[in-house]
Amino acid sequence: MSTPTDRKYTESHEWLKVDGDVVTLGVTKFAVEELTDVTYAQMKGVGTDVDAGGPVGEIESVKATSDVYSAVPGEIVEVNGALDNDPGLINTDPYGAGWLVKIKASDLGPLESLMDAATYDASH
Amino acid sequence: MHRTPLHQFHLDAGAKMVEFAGWEMPIMYRGVHEEHKQVRTAGGIFDVSHMGRVRIHGRHARRFLERICTRRINDMQPGQCRYSLLCNERGGVRDDILVYRVDDDDFLLVVNASNREKLMGHFAEQKDDMVLTIDDRTLQTAMVAIQGPRVMEIIGKFSKEIPSLKRYRFAVKNLLVMKVTVSRTGYTGEDGIEAILPSGAIGMAMKLMLKDIDPNAPDAPIKPIGLGARDTLRMEAGMPLYGHELGEDIDALSCGVDFAISLDKDGQEQGEAFIGMEALKKTRDNGGPARKVVGLLLDGKRTARQGMKVLHDGAEVGEVSSACMSPTLDRPIAMAFVDAALAAPGGAFEIDTGRDAKLSAQSCALPFYKAKKD
Repeated sequence: MSTPTDRKYTESHEWLKVDGDVVTLGVTKFAVEELTDVTYAQMKGVGTDVDAGGPVGEIESVKATSDVYSAVPGEIVEVNGALDNDPGLINTDPYGAGWLVKIKASDLGPLESLMDAATYDASH
Repeated sequence: MHRTPLHQFHLDAGAKMVEFAGWEMPIMYRGVHEEHKQVRTAGGIFDVSHMGRVRIHGRHARRFLERICTRRINDMQPGQCRYSLLCNERGGVRDDILVYRVDDDDFLLVVNASNREKLMGHFAEQKDDMVLTIDDRTLQTAMVAIQGPRVMEIIGKFSKEIPSLKRYRFAVKNLLVMKVTVSRTGYTGEDGIEAILPSGAIGMAMKLMLKDIDPNAPDAPIKPIGLGARDTLRMEAGMPLYGHELGEDIDALSCGVDFAISLDKDGQEQGEAFIGMEALKKTRDNGGPARKVVGLLLDGKRTARQGMKVLHDGAEVGEVSSACMSPTLDRPIAMAFVDAALAAPGGAFEIDTGRDAKLSAQSCALPFYKAKKD
């Protein structure tokens, strides 16, 4: 699975994909390979305000519990409900069906400083 | 860092490799839960070559082991394996080991990888003027575990003797030109074997043992299993792990393995007091250890982690030692030390995640999982 070029990447291994002012957020394939099997994803609820760099939830795996952060500020407008029954989607399709939350961004500016796919791939 | 003789096998099978106790080991191949279920439903092969294998032989070998092991050694038959603890003077646990009695004066010890060097020092110290040889065979040998409900049927295709071994018995077999020690033992809660053989022979032996099984085929009855699933399998089986339920500062009587501690063995024929026995007797005579290991069944889907505090009626009463999402029970489970007075099954507890969340849990007897007997 190659790293998609239609989105931006953080040093903490999240990806953010912009559609208008809504940002879809997930974790990278590298991150899930480090986590190994994901057993549970607990995201903050719809309507939660998120600061730039603030936590949007936690992912639990057989190895560890990890925080997930949003590089952009805004409001959570959707949480991926499919993960409740099948958190393994994060393992099998981290860039697609394994997305975590959608955030209505109040400022897309922070995206400018994030990595593109090639830079991200070279960073780890 | 050490590599096992099966290193290339792991890479070919697509393993994710990690450092573990000075060894480069496969943590998983396909997915921890998939591998776990493979072992519970069919079979899996584990490279456990990182574990220490130490031969102790000579005129005083038995007396030496009687002195360092918490369990009786003298009444073991040649061909028998026995699980034992090694304690320090305070009654804490140096390690848990498997003793193989090869002959009257000839033993093999399988010890935890993380404790091998420490134990070699301990053995040299305890040897004193006893007549025996301590030979660390770890790097000259390899060890694999083959575990699961279908394993014996598969092994039965090329050996009549191995499936007839009783639990905790072993046989030394000559397979072509190599000597293979096969024991009916394991660390998964399933039936199966563990095999020790010369490191140079492992490639050929794998082919013989797996015969026409391609362990990387999708429907293989035996597939390679990593350390990740080894840990979740042993947790479901309620087995302690050094660094979790066992440690130098953990009283041996609190670990849930009282069957492996013979506090009266010095009174038995050819018995010897073992190191730590006096301290443990004192603990017993003063009402037992302060805490004991219990199983916890957690509500919800969140996994506890080692070190999380265990609460009862709001008060801290213990600490999680191991935890995972149980693939077989499909719910989170944990092992924890709690105040001995609260160690009976059925107690209500909370686990403080330290992340603004408390998980409710009920204590239960161990193991969480028991294999069905045929």
